[in-house]
Amino acid sequence: MTSRRHISATVNGDPVEFLSEAGTTLLDALRDELGLTGSKEGCGSGDCGACSVIVDGRLICSCLMLAAEAEGRRIETIEGMADGSTLHPLQRKFLEHAALQCGFCTPGLLVAAKALLDANPDPSESETRYWLAGNLCRCTGYDKVIRAVMDAAAELRQARV
Amino acid sequence: MSEVMDRPQTLNLKVVGTRPIRPDGADKVTGKATFGADFSMPGMLVGKIKRSPHAHARIVSIDTKKALALAGVKAVITAADFPDLASEEYEAGESAANLRDLALNCMARGKVLYDGHAVAAVAATSSSIADAALALITVTYDVLPHVIDVEAAMEAGAPVLHAHLFTEGLETKPDRPSNIAKRNELMRGDLEAGFAQAEVTVEGRYTTAAVHQGYIEPHACVAAFAPDGQCQVWSSSQGQFMVRTYCAKILGLEASNIRVTPTEIGGGFGGKTTVYLEPLALALSRQSGAPVKMVMTREEVFRATGPTSGAVIEVKLGAKRDGAITAARVVLKYQAGAFPGSPVGAGSMTALACYDVPNFSVTGFDVVTNSPKVAAYRAPGAPISAFGVESAMDDLARELGMDPIALRRKNAVRDGVKAAYGPTFRNIGYLETLEAIADHPHYKAPLGPNQGRGVAVGFWFNVGGESTAAVQVGEDGSAVVVTGNPDIGGSRASMAMMAAEVLGLPIEKVRPIVADTASIGFSMLTGGSRTTFATGMAVTQAAQKIVVDLKRRAAQIWDVPVEQVDWINGAAVCLDAAKADKGDLTLAALAAQSARTGGPIGAQVSLTAQGAGPGFGAHICDVEVDPETGHVTILRYTAAQDVGRAIHPAYVEGQIQGGVAQGIGWALNEEYVFDSEGRMENAGFLDYRVPVASDLPMIEPIIVEVANPRHPFGAKGVGEVPIVPPLAAVANAVRAAIGVRMTDLPLSPPKIRAVIDAR
Repeated sequence: MTSRRHISATVNGDPVEFLSEAGTTLLDALRDELGLTGSKEGCGSGDCGACSVIVDGRLICSCLMLAAEAEGRRIETIEGMADGSTLHPLQRKFLEHAALQCGFCTPGLLVAAKALLDANPDPSESETRYWLAGNLCRCTGYDKVIRAVMDAAAELRQARV
Repeated sequence: MSEVMDRPQTLNLKVVGTRPIRPDGADKVTGKATFGADFSMPGMLVGKIKRSPHAHARIVSIDTKKALALAGVKAVITAADFPDLASEEYEAGESAANLRDLALNCMARGKVLYDGHAVAAVAATSSSIADAALALITVTYDVLPHVIDVEAAMEAGAPVLHAHLFTEGLETKPDRPSNIAKRNELMRGDLEAGFAQAEVTVEGRYTTAAVHQGYIEPHACVAAFAPDGQCQVWSSSQGQFMVRTYCAKILGLEASNIRVTPTEIGGGFGGKTTVYLEPLALALSRQSGAPVKMVMTREEVFRATGPTSGAVIEVKLGAKRDGAITAARVVLKYQAGAFPGSPVGAGSMTALACYDVPNFSVTGFDVVTNSPKVAAYRAPGAPISAFGVESAMDDLARELGMDPIALRRKNAVRDGVKAAYGPTFRNIGYLETLEAIADHPHYKAPLGPNQGRGVAVGFWFNVGGESTAAVQVGEDGSAVVVTGNPDIGGSRASMAMMAAEVLGLPIEKVRPIVADTASIGFSMLTGGSRTTFATGMAVTQAAQKIVVDLKRRAAQIWDVPVEQVDWINGAAVCLDAAKADKGDLTLAALAAQSARTGGPIGAQVSLTAQGAGPGFGAHICDVEVDPETGHVTILRYTAAQDVGRAIHPAYVEGQIQGGVAQGIGWALNEEYVFDSEGRMENAGFLDYRVPVASDLPMIEPIIVEVANPRHPFGAKGVGEVPIVPPLAAVANAVRAAIGVRMTDLPLSPPKIRAVIDAR
């Protein structure tokens, strides 16, 4: 057995601690050690975006980050997106636009879309498509996903005025 | 309302045809939905598979002793741990499966037939120990020559995969084994005479590459085997009853001893209509005495599951100057992968299904190759044959100087025409879909330099089949709908909507669940575009039985004949004027009194749904080809489809858009690439390139509704038709843009560059 290292981090605003083997990814730690299975593994190689999380404000694939690197970091996952039982506008718009079918890629798409709107409150369709190009969806053809993200962006802009 | 509707209800609908929030939506946008890999049990072991590195080899020996001796390893299995099954065909919905082949695909016995074929599996207390155990298993192979190309596999001197395989469908039984598992033929009229009448003929030879369904969720399951033989499986699949049946057969267990609970499924597209992991997880659990979880990596998904066939399609069409087709000859050669069972039969039956052709022959070859056994992929076989036929139709229109939609209209099947595959069409909406694209502004929009427009059509049968549904009314008058069909794309919403419509409840008062195999009656898997049609029919009939019962209960309370009670807007209404002062009895009021009127309110219906209306689609695609790089950009895409009746139009649109996107990937990017040793070279999403958001424009769906009289609300299947036309729609657009017919998919930049450079 390899030795396990003690990690402290902040996940969705709460302090967490867990033990990690040397090769454990942040995704595995979130899912297996912390029970946060909303982040999905679709490829394990950073190609599908289903494991998207935000670390210290930056969108990453959690399958490409070692859990050991999470020490002291602030991590946001899909589980922290809603405010209690009030959905985030992106979550609500995904439902209103029927922007999901199987729903497997949805957590990653939502986290990536939130990172987009955090950085750019008024993205064009093209900017939205390129930002989300790292999140594979095989069900929807992306049409309703793009509409939902842009609609949520519009609503969030309204709320700021 | 009669107990069973004799014609579809299309008027005065309050719920059907609206766009409510899906009932499972909140779970899916918050990360709470439990998919295959998200389920865990206490004391669970990790199961992993040792796979063949060779495309074709005899297994000389497998030594598992060192792996078993490793601390933390609790079970090691090989084919020796499974019964050696006899060859037996099992009808499983969309396609038949041979149980022996199914078992051998899960675990190789004697021979490996493709790179990635499972040879052993382990269960250990951790993932890293399981990996170490796999490395300690020694397999000695005698490597054999392999063959993957479909035509090479058909040649007389090709390496033979199965010594017992003799071609079916020949006039005389062959005297030696062959990789051609089957030859099938559809014929009508006099082909020679038909071509003799033709004033114009076109011919083409087309190829498609093997492509994967590409669901984002890898296969995953947990299995727990109890000492008394009762076991449980939680898995992501298109049918929990399919999993139960296959596990029972492969392991020699009683079906009633296997309880399969479906997790959420992260896409299937046909690829999860079979088993890979579940029988192994059960065998590992039996040996270890602990629950075992198995999750595939993406590389395993590519190397050992799916895909659909790579194929060769030959098409010859003959027509009169006015466009009337006089003869068609189609030859289809489909890779089956390691075991017989390509979708060439469906490819043959759909090839000419859009056209009324007096003289034709369609010949199909099902060919085994040293590649993963193909699995169903959305309208299995149809996109491949349609690619050939629709490319040839485009050439024919060009030869004739005719508008491509007009040529298709001229030869279109319509009600009363006997389909090329046999039955007579009734209530089809094919002409309406053609009109829809012909009338759409897209068809007349101007194009710029290096741009081109393509048109193509497609057909899928849609199926019905066996389904069970139960509707239970709670004490407050809310309802639960229970079905046995995994919800892949929003079917819970349509099930709840149909029940709500019949009961007269708002959609929020009807909650649908997908139950395990011990909690609801048998249902065929979610596939063949059958769920909204067939399971929806069972749901509707169950709700209708409840309405009949509610009217009886109200009549009893009011002490009037049941004929004096109607059910309107979710309440019993007394038609007897003398007693009208009693007011309506709502479902909630009736539910509160159920103990005095016959007990709990609920109904279950099991049926075999007949009369799934066939589906037709007609697509327009605009592309721009970059003459320097050969890259194709999809500029605009419009897809019309007859769906009978859209129960939830937003999810119908989503099916159309998703099918188109997969078809575009098939046309432009996707392919299995093998090295000279027969190993897949691009077994990952980086190199196997499915379309991403920046590859696609908005995809405009046009919903055409020609009601299906056999469904209570007129629905036809939706999900499969939209992947049929895009391969040719894209290729025809590229033809228009560059002036050269491209016949080999995918239309990747190097191929197009080569053609442009040679122009």
